[in-house]
Amino acid sequence: MNAIGAIAINVFRESVRDKVLYNLVLFAILLIAASLLIGELTAGQDVKIIKDLGLTATSIFGLFIAVFIGIGLVSKEVERRSIYSLLAKPITRSQLVVGKYAGLALTLAVNIAVMAAAQYVVLAYMRWGIPPNVERTWDAPAIDPALLVAIALILVELMLVTAIAVFFSTFSTPLLSAALTFALFIVGHFSADLRNFQSVVESPAVGRIARGLYWVLPNLAQFDVKASVVHGQRVPAGYVAVAVAYAAVYIALLLTISTSVFARRDFK
Amino acid sequence: MRTAITIVVALVLLAGAARLQAVRERWYPPALEEETAMYLESAAAVRRISGPYAPLVADLYWIRAIQYYGGTKRRLSPAQGGDATSGAGPGAASPTDDRYALLYPMLDITTTLDPRFNIAYRFGAIFLAEAYPNGAGRPDLAVQLLQKGLRDRPDKWEYMEDIAFVHYWYEHDYLAASQWFEKGAEAPGAPWWLRSMAATTRARGGDRAASRLMWETIRQTTEIPFLRQDAEQKLLQLRALDEIDALQRAVDQVKARTGAAPADWASLVRVRVLRGIPVDPRGTPYELAPDGRVRLSSSSRLYPLLVEPPSGTERR
Repeated sequence: MNAIGAIAINVFRESVRDKVLYNLVLFAILLIAASLLIGELTAGQDVKIIKDLGLTATSIFGLFIAVFIGIGLVSKEVERRSIYSLLAKPITRSQLVVGKYAGLALTLAVNIAVMAAAQYVVLAYMRWGIPPNVERTWDAPAIDPALLVAIALILVELMLVTAIAVFFSTFSTPLLSAALTFALFIVGHFSADLRNFQSVVESPAVGRIARGLYWVLPNLAQFDVKASVVHGQRVPAGYVAVAVAYAAVYIALLLTISTSVFARRDFK
Repeated sequence: MRTAITIVVALVLLAGAARLQAVRERWYPPALEEETAMYLESAAAVRRISGPYAPLVADLYWIRAIQYYGGTKRRLSPAQGGDATSGAGPGAASPTDDRYALLYPMLDITTTLDPRFNIAYRFGAIFLAEAYPNGAGRPDLAVQLLQKGLRDRPDKWEYMEDIAFVHYWYEHDYLAASQWFEKGAEAPGAPWWLRSMAATTRARGGDRAASRLMWETIRQTTEIPFLRQDAEQKLLQLRALDEIDALQRAVDQVKARTGAAPADWASLVRVRVLRGIPVDPRGTPYELAPDGRVRLSSSSRLYPLLVEPPSGTERR
């Protein structure tokens, strides 16, 4: 466990050294600029638009970090041949994979926590001077704790995407891993179509295959509660719990396969 | 030192690029405005493409709809040299013109991407229903948009109230307006005055005093600044209608006395019928036509005024 923690901390430090956290500056500039411009561009719903923008930016920035760092976690060590010195240490290959994954998950968590804080600061600024009777007409208050539910589920989704990226990177090239991870991300958001595929094809076999894929491929659409939260609709705690449990099981599955594949690799 | 030189060179090159662009624009002026186009008109297709980012894409379409509406309205305003009187005339839908043609598709995409986009329904309905050239002059599309909103939120009394207003104000269908007010009054959380609006509409639809009462209620009760401003505009238009009636009576009296319509307002001021050039509630002088008809200037910010049903019109 200590070994996994040490590797994770190392990955986090490395991402800080690689200036990954610079994206936070971009995020802050984007939100501040949008909050200043939005009033000129639209009529009403400024706070809703800032919430949508903040949540989408959190998701997109996080996705790029998860994919582009995730695919390099293992392959970079192999490419730089530092894998030899790592494996010479008293750590197992599975500890290395899990530690690397945990490190990137920590990087994502820190990133998203800072983005969430920045978003609340911008929303507090936008709320400044708005009479309470006007705020009451909005679907949800500007400083809404429920926003954290959407942000937390974005983090959970990104942790699953990271596991997918790590999984592909254990046996594929970085470019192909990135392509496959993005492809699964897209498919994961349209998996409901696979479930209903049999209603649009004539062949029952194709319908059954599509339905099978629906159950096998990661369903990422369930983590998307952005619209509900922004409109003040309650997301039941049970829903969140099941979605998080699904992600945990799927991440465990992907890491198990990843460590198994990585354990069989020959680095000679 | 080396860094400073690099910065200076970079700044000089940047200034040179900007200067060349300015020269090119002077020699070959760019087109004043690009034709607005929608490359994707299918709301379902846009929803598919935007995937998990549909709410943000909805915001972008909403901003585009606002810009499109505002830009078209400004272009058509007489102050900008626009042809405000083309089409079937003020107050009437002009199906042959296409100058707000993209408004409904933009609003449709916005509300398909985010079916709970409250303001897109409410403001969008005003943009669509407002008489040409201030809006698309399409109350039918305004009702269609609001009914789409009701499919997602069947208890949203505000949409029912808006539908009632469209029927009342733009279609003069007082029975339908009254029914929608009543329907809205039955929704959970609806304000008490919707029921009295229903009764007033049924009993006195088309009556200017009743219209004033309705808009005054909206002005006092709405918390949304845009809707309050819209109500204030309507109240000023009603005031302008009253003033035009009073001025018309004065002009008609002079015409009956002298046998000819007064040539201008100054002649009425000279005979002390008026104390000065009459201006509308927004400060633009009223116009006196050669045949003695008093009307609002097309350059007024209140133009066009609502089209009132002729007196004695049977209520639908």
